[in-house]
Amino acid sequence: MIDAELIIIGAGPAGMAAATTAANEGATVLLFDEQPQAGGQIYRNVKNQSNRLDNKNYFGKDYLSGKKHVDALEHENIKIEYGATVWRIEDGRHVVWSKNGISKISSAKHILLATGAQERPVPFPGWTLPGVMTAGAAQILMKTSGLLPRDAILAGSGPLLYLIAVQMIDAGAPPKALVETQTFKKTLSAAKHLPNALFAANTLFKGLGFLRKIKEAKIKVAKIKRYTACSGFRAEESVDGSIEFSFDYRNVNHKIKTPLLLTHQGIVPSTHLSRASGISHRWNETQKAFQPITDLWGQSETPTIHVAGDGASIGGAETAQAAGRLTALNIVHHLGHLNKDERDKKAKADRSLFNRALSIRPLLDNLYAPLPEFLSPPNETIVCRCEEVTASEIRQSIAEGAAGHRQVKTSLRNGMGPCQGRMCDLTVRGILIDSGINPDAPRARTPIKPIKLGEIANLKIPPE
Amino acid sequence: MKIDSRFQARPKGNISLSIDGEIVFAHKGDTVATALLADSGNASRKTNKNSPRTPFCMMGVCFDCLVEINGSPNEQSCMIQVEEGMVVKRPKGLRNYEQK
Repeated sequence: MIDAELIIIGAGPAGMAAATTAANEGATVLLFDEQPQAGGQIYRNVKNQSNRLDNKNYFGKDYLSGKKHVDALEHENIKIEYGATVWRIEDGRHVVWSKNGISKISSAKHILLATGAQERPVPFPGWTLPGVMTAGAAQILMKTSGLLPRDAILAGSGPLLYLIAVQMIDAGAPPKALVETQTFKKTLSAAKHLPNALFAANTLFKGLGFLRKIKEAKIKVAKIKRYTACSGFRAEESVDGSIEFSFDYRNVNHKIKTPLLLTHQGIVPSTHLSRASGISHRWNETQKAFQPITDLWGQSETPTIHVAGDGASIGGAETAQAAGRLTALNIVHHLGHLNKDERDKKAKADRSLFNRALSIRPLLDNLYAPLPEFLSPPNETIVCRCEEVTASEIRQSIAEGAAGHRQVKTSLRNGMGPCQGRMCDLTVRGILIDSGINPDAPRARTPIKPIKLGEIANLKIPPE
Repeated sequence: MKIDSRFQARPKGNISLSIDGEIVFAHKGDTVATALLADSGNASRKTNKNSPRTPFCMMGVCFDCLVEINGSPNEQSCMIQVEEGMVVKRPKGLRNYEQK
């Protein structure tokens, strides 16, 4: 028995676009999301925006445009389970999910993973201290609760860092300093990708607009200090509970005190579910992340499992929406709602949108590549936040013969805490690479999020 | 010592919850992690090695926001919205034999 023709996991840009496309073509869709509303992190809480405390929009019109995608999910063919965590995929046809402490199994003919991205971990000595957060986390607090950072420092690089800087300025909570890791050399070497990026001129100019706004605010308000090409991040706790953030800038060590240090080094695909589902992954060297292997339609080697959006490869919301629609068209074709010619004809506009939107990635990926010190951090850095394993311990285990993720994990427990490696896998890989070992993608196993034993014991297996 | 919140003050909310016995007010739509962060800059838990932590990713990835909610330990406070009368306790490191 099937619950829907298509199960989609994740109601962000890709998942929402896929759901509406498939539903409009006549397929029944069951959509799961962990959050209480659709939108993903980019359009988080967009539907309730008018209920927010301060009732102002400082997120820009791109953010507000998400509301129409959320509204479009009200469709007779779409059923949605919010607050639901999918923790297992079986045989490419069944998903096991948990909601309010009860786990259930749902089945479909096809499964689309649209699990999106997470921020790349930015490990440095002191990154576990109270008052150090990701920049994305601060943005989520702004979007969901109107909670604004106080005298924060933004540190790192990546398009999102600048976007958040602008949103903080517009919200009346400008960062006291912007500590950028991007170097002039990096900007120059990325410049060769500029001609290609012009195909995505809109996105490009939007980005340049952000940079200009930061500069204007800096001049007008004259309070935001900006440091570029920084390295040597370190955070220490001061007696009053605030963070002493130190970094190297132009060969001089600087120290700034702040209640809140917000770091960012780009985003990477969330692959726990795709890896646990058994499909193959490859290392993307430009994006410095693992990603599932799919064809141009997002279909994996297991023909019933598909992947779309940032969970497949980082491309941003617009690319993810196009990918979601393309993947949905291919799935409804396999379901028999569309023939091949109809699929290809309907896919034409999105195919070129997808390619155009992707054309800016080489520029961005090179421009905002993570600093080597975050890929393989100094010895005293805690790499695994859950089990509190340091870079020094990982290096020692490799020196003693550990030759991959699993062996390091067996000796140190890194990646065995509740986050299951989400915060340390990439760093362990960086250290392995630094030691001359090129590891495969680490295994991800069921349940991909911690589930109480009783939930598994009470699981009812539905009739076939 | 109560450390000031690392965020700007908001108007007082109308949902009350208890955090380690102290009554704290939050807004509808806040997660428990948001309520913790808005209330103080203090650690919201201590790890097994007694290091202080606060919520880190706010999207269910890092599990640094784990707290006890209504008697249930190790709940992801960034994924659970506040409800009137909720009882929240901050984990205080490894429990010993004497503790329940």
